[in-house]
Order: sequence, then C-alpha cells, then structure tokens
Amino acid sequence: METLAMHISNGIINGPVAAVFAALALAALTVCVLRGRRDLDDRLAPMAGLVAAFIFAVQMLNFPIFTAGVSGHLLGGALAAMLVGPWVGALCVAVVLVVQALVFGDGGVAMLGLNITNMALLGTAAAYLLIAVLLRVLPRTSTGLAVTAFVSALLSVVVASQGFVVQYWLGGTTDLGGNLAGLSGTMAGVHLLIGIGEGLITATTVVTVAKVRPDLVYALRGLRRPVTTRAVPAVGGVR
Amino acid sequence: MLYRETPSPVHRLPPEVKIVAMVVFTVAVVATPREAFWAFGAYALLVAAVAALARVGPRWLLSRALIELPFVLFAVALPFLGAGERVTVAGLHLSVDGLYGSWNILAKGTLGVLASLLLAATTTTRDLIIGLDRLRCPQMLTQIATFMLRYLDVLVGEARRMRVARVSRGDDPRFLWQLRGFAAGVGALFLRAFERGERVYLAMLSRGYTGRMPATWQGVGAATSAQWLVAATVPVVASAVAAAAVVLT
Repeated sequence: METLAMHISNGIINGPVAAVFAALALAALTVCVLRGRRDLDDRLAPMAGLVAAFIFAVQMLNFPIFTAGVSGHLLGGALAAMLVGPWVGALCVAVVLVVQALVFGDGGVAMLGLNITNMALLGTAAAYLLIAVLLRVLPRTSTGLAVTAFVSALLSVVVASQGFVVQYWLGGTTDLGGNLAGLSGTMAGVHLLIGIGEGLITATTVVTVAKVRPDLVYALRGLRRPVTTRAVPAVGGVR
Repeated sequence: MLYRETPSPVHRLPPEVKIVAMVVFTVAVVATPREAFWAFGAYALLVAAVAALARVGPRWLLSRALIELPFVLFAVALPFLGAGERVTVAGLHLSVDGLYGSWNILAKGTLGVLASLLLAATTTTRDLIIGLDRLRCPQMLTQIATFMLRYLDVLVGEARRMRVARVSRGDDPRFLWQLRGFAAGVGALFLRAFERGERVYLAMLSRGYTGRMPATWQGVGAATSAQWLVAATVPVVASAVAAAAVVLT
C-alpha cells in the first residue's frame, strides 16, 4: 500500500512543545475513554470500528498540493462526530493516527500528541459543536442534515489545519520570520479545498445512513422530531 | 500490511517490547540537538543493525520510506523561507537557521520513519494490538483498533463487489467519469460494509467475545524479563547517545 505522509513528522516541532501536547492529548483522550464508555453499546461498537476503518481508508486519499511544501488530506472528524458522537469519535480518529504512526511511519511517533490534538481533538470538537448548533437551527430534512454535515466537515478541517499553525508558532524548529501569516493562509486555503471534498463525502455518507438506518446516526439521537425522509429501499442486493 | 514473513530474532520478540523500544528510540532521536551530527550517524548505525538482524533489506526500507516525501519538500523549502543570518552556497542565498531546520527534519523524520517501518515489518497488526493491550492501553482503544483492522478488509471487499456489479451492468468507469458513480456509491458502500460488519460483530458476541481477543486474556507469549533486557539494548544505546549529544553541545 503506497501512501504519502501527511501528518506532522519528527523534527518539525521541537521536543518540549511536542511533550506538552502529548500530555494534553493523553488527558483529553482519558476523558474521552471515560465519557465514551457510556456510549459504546452493541450498536456503536461495530460502528466505531467501521468509522475508524472508513477514516483510515479515506485518509489514504491524499491531496498532494505542494505550496511551500504544505499538503493535506481528509480528516474524518466530522463523520466520526456525526455517527458515533464526540467522545467515541475522537477516539476513532486517535486510533487511526496511532496505527498510522506505528505501522506506516505516517506522522512521527514523538509527534503523536500534536497530531492527535489537531485532528482527533480539535477537528472532532469543532465539528460536533457545529453539528449541535446547526441541527437545532436548520430544518429537519435531509437537506438540512446534508448542509450540517457539509459545513461542519468543511470548517473542522480548517480549524484542525490552524492547530498546526499555532503549534508551529509555539515550537517550530525553524524561525520563519514574518512568514507565519503566510503559512496560516496557505494552510487555510489548501484545507478549504480539502474541506469541500471532505464535506461532500461526509454529507453523502451521513445522509444515506440517516435515510436507511436513522438509528445509527448518533447526532440524531435525542432530537424530538426525527429527520423526515422519503422511504428508501434498504441497500442490499446480492450478499 | 507491511509485515514481512521471514523468521528472525526480531520477529520472535513479543510485540510490547518492540513497541516500547521503538517509542523510546524515537523520543531519544527527537530530543537530540540538531548540531550533533555524529549522534545521527550513531542512530543510523543502530537502525541498520536492527534491520540486518530482522533480515529487512535496505531496498525495501528505502522505498517504503518515500512516504516522507511531502515533508522532505517542506524541508527543502526551509532554507529559502527561514529568517536570520544568511550564507551564500553555490550562488544561492540561504538562511543558516533554515539549513539547520531542514537537516533537522530530514534526519529526525527519516530515522523515525525507518524505526516504525522496522516495527511494521517484524510485527503483524494483530500482534501490535495484543502488544498495546499488554501495555495497559484502554480496552476501548484496542477494541476500536481491532475492529478497524478487521473492517478494512470488509470495506475493500465490499468496494470491489460494488465495482464488479457496476462494470457488469455496462458502466464504463474511467478516471473522471468514475467520480460521479464513486460519490453516489460512497454512502451505499458505508451501509453495506456496516451491515456486514454488524453481522460479524454479532457472530463474535454469540461466540463469547467480551471485548478482548482470546490471545490477550490467555496471556500466552507475554514478554519475559530476558526478552525485555534483550530489546532494551537499542533504546538504552540511543538514550546514551542522546544524553552525550546534549552534554557535548
């Protein structure tokens, strides 16, 4: 399997900052494990695995846009937050990152804290906050759901990319001088494009799942009125 | 995935020892000051020694290490972007700090990638999860990781079946034309994979699955203290090199 590294690799950010973020990520993941344990039932356990596998597969779709060497890929935080909730969702993305670092050397092991903070924590948290707000504001139709998924996925990717800029500002190993604003702009621009792709994939996936198995969408639980959709025959066919 | 089926002393080591050794080695590399060029030579020798012991060829390692390429490009850009003192090399006006920065990323990044590749080449993903479980990784995380690795195959298989179904109904997928069909199929792919995965999960539950794989709670093949000692040589040497480098610079 040929892939390109898109996560922060060893030596980009200095040791002390990486250690601080590792501690931060560890603390946040502990909270996620404690809160997520309540969510993880018979339905969510296989779903969490599949969401992680899906994100793993989707992160292999890379966008090699090299402007000053910055590049990016899909993150999947919004999809995870939508389908399995913020706590288990953050854990899913974190598991993907850990396995990629250990098995593919994608993202330095010493930089795992930074990568987890950006993609698993920042990305999922931003997505879930947006989902929570948008689902209350937008009409309860499949269009509303699609817009929610699209917007939250798009913005969560941009937020996660700015996490890297903050980390580089705190502990980048090379002083870029006044170019930090340039780095921020490039990262935001590239990830806006990526976010559109991410938004489309998230929206189509979530809407399909919501139409056929609305019970599987975590974000729709606890809403007073369910999303009204036309009846669609269950996906199946030859097994 | 990247596992290489060749018997070697490194392959026989229990996974938890290898994970700890790899992580400690990487942290030692990252903690080394970038001016200590000799230390990185010592690390490279260590990696080469382990690779030889594990019977992993240099060609396999280097071709897989290309994963690093985007960051190499970032590293190449640094001498031009960096601030501060500048030197002229071969007519190019380069930042000294930027040059050190790109060396830093190249050396530490490459050593980190090689270390993880060695772990991946000598440990199956199943063993990797058993190792994480023995290192007291929360069961929720190992459970998600187990399912993720199992469902990857489900997902790939389901995608192949859907593609065959489309092609056999007269669709002619070419690169760009495929995009629309692909986009429309993503949601269906997800659902089909989920329903298959759910059946797998329920079958596992009915056969007594409680969240851990049998190999982990049976405790067979857990590392002995002798194995810990053997595997500790690499990280201990690396830590000593790192400490010497910090003291000397």
